[in-house]
Amino acid sequence: MIAHSIFFYFFSVVAIISAIMVTASKNTVHSVFFLILDFISISCLFIMIGAEFLGMIMLIVYVGAVAVLFLFVVMMLNVAQQKNQWFLSESSSKHIPIGIIISIVIFFELIIVIGGWKYKPELLNSNNFNTLSEITNTHSLGQILYTDYIHVFQISGMILLIAMIGAIVLTFRQREGVKKQSYIKQISRERSEGVEVLEVSSQKGVKVDD
Amino acid sequence: MEYINVVFQEVYKIIFLLVPVLVSVAMIVWLDRRVWAFVQKRRGPNVVGPFGLLQSLADALKYIFKEIIIPSSSNKIIFILAPIITMTLALIAWAVIPFGENEVLANINVGILYIFAVSSLGVYGIIMGGWASNSKYPFLGSIRSAAQMVSYEVSIGIIIINVLLCVGSLNLSDIVMAQENMWFVIPLFPMFIIFFISALAETNRPPFDLPEAEAELVAGYQTEYSGMMYAMFWLGEYANILLMCALGSILFLGGWLSPIDLYPFNLIPGAIWLIFKILFLFFLFALVKAVVPRYRYDQLMRLGWKIFLPLSLIYVVLTASYLFYFNLLPTI
Repeated sequence: MIAHSIFFYFFSVVAIISAIMVTASKNTVHSVFFLILDFISISCLFIMIGAEFLGMIMLIVYVGAVAVLFLFVVMMLNVAQQKNQWFLSESSSKHIPIGIIISIVIFFELIIVIGGWKYKPELLNSNNFNTLSEITNTHSLGQILYTDYIHVFQISGMILLIAMIGAIVLTFRQREGVKKQSYIKQISRERSEGVEVLEVSSQKGVKVDD
Repeated sequence: MEYINVVFQEVYKIIFLLVPVLVSVAMIVWLDRRVWAFVQKRRGPNVVGPFGLLQSLADALKYIFKEIIIPSSSNKIIFILAPIITMTLALIAWAVIPFGENEVLANINVGILYIFAVSSLGVYGIIMGGWASNSKYPFLGSIRSAAQMVSYEVSIGIIIINVLLCVGSLNLSDIVMAQENMWFVIPLFPMFIIFFISALAETNRPPFDLPEAEAELVAGYQTEYSGMMYAMFWLGEYANILLMCALGSILFLGGWLSPIDLYPFNLIPGAIWLIFKILFLFFLFALVKAVVPRYRYDQLMRLGWKIFLPLSLIYVVLTASYLFYFNLLPTI
């Protein structure tokens, strides 16, 4: 039990410190690396409470895919050396009030959620959790997702699909005058249309490409 | 006191697993070079030790005694961290590989997801190395490599879903036990081919070694590395290749199961069979390196997204409907 709490405090301290460092570090690429550290320690916390499936999915989706895209964008847009100005300069100070409002809203939401869980324990019992020990986490998640919440699950899938199509529609445009490579043409080239054998008479040469 | 005993037991087990893995990584580099050489009618490394078996050891010794150069304009912490991460991630995935009925370090319920997560983390070693070098070739190489690994992971994930549909469990031992009657390579043969090619791309092996294409990018993300740090990248890469071979043999070739369940074959321990299967897959990896020319980058991406992804998705639908129609879906 002692080891359990040691690990818990280790991972949570790492998670909190790296979450602070995401906003505090001067180098944007470093912030993304701290974000990754944060994701990893949170997935370790998930695994510690027995939600191994969620922890692994967190690693695969957030660390393996989303954070890679973050890193890509940060590296490609060349914002790596951007200075974080906090309250000091005129230009960045107008974001501060919005940030404060959002964080207050999130704070109250967390209070409501945690308060509800703390003072109304019957809130949790509203759905039939299958907490039999021999059924693994993955099976019980699947049983809930594909039976009781199938409609919500499908709707969230549709929303993701629509978001994907929207992103493609917004960024895809047909540009004129751009040279494109056609794989079919490249692969289906034959010798007869690529090579021509000519009789070259001496002293005269031959004229090609006219 | 009891706790410390348990810890010591686990450490003993871990060392007992990792030392053979590291030694076999060194041997497999030798095998790779030998196969490559024989295809090209050369002799390959044959001077150090019998058949040149100690060549990798000699190379490792050379790397250890070389100077480690850290570029002055690099980001030092991340530069040093990158090879360490590559190496560590390549080794920790071996924790869940089962070598026999109960011969596994950590028999966790989400073993296959664990391997998938660790191999998707492997991209960070490369990105960090390329970015921290603060130089053009490593950066281009790491960007290429990241894009390539992310896109081929998608198809590998969907191929794994195909296998999981037939098994009904994420545990690697269960996956092997489900193949007692028939290895999955028979019903899922197209998926095995796609898995093999995606594994080539995932581990940056030729013909998909664009990240370190020496004609364009010197050595890609490893350009600025030297000495032991370069050797760690290199070891991590080969450990990853071995891991992919092990994953392929567990998913499709029946892991530790013997090919025929008859008298003389039963006696051979499961670990030997698994090693044979890994070696067979690695031999194919080495042959591909020697035989096939390098892909162009846009064709690599097209292969991943436009061919492999739709094919494996279609196969998921086919497998699921077949299992559903004939009532073969695994029960919990």
